[in-house]
Amino acid sequence: MELLFGNQKTVEADIPVSNGGQLTVAEAMAWARDNLLTERPELFMKGSSVRPGVLVLVNDTDWELCGELEAEVAEGDRVTFISTLHGG
Amino acid sequence: MSSPPGALEQELERLRAQNAQLQAELDAVRGVQAGAAPPVAAAAAAQEEPPAGAANGAACCRPVAAARDWDGLQHGLDKDQIARYSRQIILHSFGVQAQARLCRGSVLIVGAGGLGSPAALYLAAAGVGRVGIVDRDTVELSNIHRQVIHKEATVGMHKALSAAEACRALNSSIQVETHLEALTPANAVQLVRQYDVVVDASDNAPTRYLISDACCAAGRSLVSGAAIGTDGQLTVYCHGEDGPCYRCLFPEAPAAGNCARCVDAGVLGVVPGVIGTLQALEAVKLLSGVGDPLSRRLLVVDCAAGRFHSVKLRARSPNCVACGAAPSITTASLPSYDYAAFTGQAAANDAAPQPLQLIPREERITPAELQRRLASQPTAVLLDVRPAEQFNICHLPGAVHTPFKHFDRYVEAIQERLAAAAAGAAAAGQAAAPPAAEQQQQQDQQDQQNGSADGLQPQPPLYVVCRRGNDSQRAVARLRQLGISHAVDVVGGVEAWAREVDPSFPLY
Repeated sequence: MELLFGNQKTVEADIPVSNGGQLTVAEAMAWARDNLLTERPELFMKGSSVRPGVLVLVNDTDWELCGELEAEVAEGDRVTFISTLHGG
Repeated sequence: MSSPPGALEQELERLRAQNAQLQAELDAVRGVQAGAAPPVAAAAAAQEEPPAGAANGAACCRPVAAARDWDGLQHGLDKDQIARYSRQIILHSFGVQAQARLCRGSVLIVGAGGLGSPAALYLAAAGVGRVGIVDRDTVELSNIHRQVIHKEATVGMHKALSAAEACRALNSSIQVETHLEALTPANAVQLVRQYDVVVDASDNAPTRYLISDACCAAGRSLVSGAAIGTDGQLTVYCHGEDGPCYRCLFPEAPAAGNCARCVDAGVLGVVPGVIGTLQALEAVKLLSGVGDPLSRRLLVVDCAAGRFHSVKLRARSPNCVACGAAPSITTASLPSYDYAAFTGQAAANDAAPQPLQLIPREERITPAELQRRLASQPTAVLLDVRPAEQFNICHLPGAVHTPFKHFDRYVEAIQERLAAAAAGAAAAGQAAAPPAAEQQQQQDQQDQQNGSADGLQPQPPLYVVCRRGNDSQRAVARLRQLGISHAVDVVGGVEAWAREVDPSFPLY
C-alpha cells in the first residue's frame, strides 16, 4: 500500500472538514486519494470505497465495526489501509 | 451402568488393561505414536490412585501386560512421549493434558513452501499426532532460501514428500501424510474434514478462498498466514461462535493485478519463516485448547520496521455466502464453484506466468535473431523494461533501463536516445561510404514498420526485452501508441536469451 503513497507508511495530515461537519472515513479516503496518492489510484479505490482486498481500520479497529464509509474520524484518529497478502 | 457398585473398579481395571493392550498393538503396527482412541473411562478414574505394582517396561512398542498404572489422569501419553515433550509438558500454562490433546490431534498444512516449512517442522516437533501436507509442486533451488524444510538434496523432489521426509526425520513417532495433488474444489472438503485444524500456507488468492470455504463447509478452524517482501499477516478464521471467514473480510476478490507473488515481488526468506512459525503456534493453541487463538484479530507484521501489530476484526457476517446464516457455498455446491473466475486468476503459484501473445508475431523476434541483429546493427537501441532489482542482477550489454512500471516517464529519454543513435549513424555515414552494416539494417527493417514518418532519418532499430517476454510486448504496444511504431519485442525475454543464446546468463 505504501508503494501507492510515495513509499510512506505513515502520514500525519490535517484534513479540511467541509461545511463544519464531522469528517467521515469516506471523506478522509477521498482526501488521501487526491492529496497523498502518488500513483495508480485504481489500486486504492474503486468507486467511492476502497478496492477489494483492502482492509480499512480506524484506530486499529476494522471499519466494519465503526460504520464503514460513514465512520467518524476525529482529531488524532488513525485511519489505516492494509492490503491483504497472498504470498507464502 | 448395569454393573453392581462393587464391580465398578474391577470393570475399570479390565478396560484399562484392554486399552493398554490395544494401544501397544497399535504402536507396534504404526510405530510410537499417540493413541487415536481416547482413554476409556477417564472421568471416572481421575481421582483414583493406581495400586502399587510392577512398573511397566520402558519401550511403549513392547506389549504391556497391564495398564500404565502411573497414568492416574489417563492422559494416555507413553513414557517416550513424556520424555520427548517434557519441556512443554512441565510448562505450567500447558501441561500433560494439553500435550495429550496435541498428540491426539491432526493438522492439514496446505502448501509446503515458505510458510508451510516452519509450520510443518514445528507441528511435527511439538507432537501433533497426524500431520497432512498438501503440495503439488517440486522443490526448486530458488525455493530453499525460505522453504527451509527442503534441502539441496531434495531439489526436484515433490515438495510434500520432501517435507514429509524432514518431518519424519524430526519426529518418527507421529503420522505424516502426503497429498501430492493440488487442493481443488473437488477434493477440498473431503480432505479438510480428515483433520482437526487447517493451516493455510498457500501462495495465491483462489486457493485462499477455496481453503476458507472448505473450512466453513467442514467446520474446521483455519490458521491463515501470508508473507511477501518484508511484510506478513496472520489470523485465525472460522473459529468459535463469531469468528469470521476469509470471505467475511474480503467478500469480493482483489483484481489479479493487485496480487503480488513471491516470484515477481520477491520475499525475504525469514519473513515467511516468522509467519509460518506463528501459524504453528496458533495451530498448537487450537489443538491443545491453551491460550487465546488469534480469531477476530489480525496480526500485521512489518519485519523491515520490526513491528508486530494486532488489529481488531469484524465478527462473522450473517450474510456471508460461505459461513453466514444461509450459505450458498456448501459441501454440495463447493466442488462446482469456479475459483479462477471469482478471483480472475488461476491457482498459479511460484511458477512462471503463461507466455502471452499480445502483439502481432511480426513485431517479435527470437533471442537468436536479436543476437544476430545486435551484432550487425551498431545503432540499435535495446530497452530493458524489468524492475531495477532484476536489471541490477544482469542485463544485456548496452541495454537501456526503462522499467515498465513507470514506462511513460522514460519515453522522452527513449526518443532522445533514438535521435542520438540516428545522428551518430548519420555522422558515420557521411564520414565513410555506407557501411555494409547499414545495408544489413535496411534489410532487417523490411519486415518491420519503419516509424520515421517524416522520412528524414531511418529510425535506429529499437528492441525491447523483459524477464519473460510479456511486459516487453506491453511496452512495444505502448511505444506504438506514443508514436514510436518500429519497436520490436524479444520473445521469451532474458530467460530465453539465457536458454537459447548465452547459457552463462543468470536465471533467477
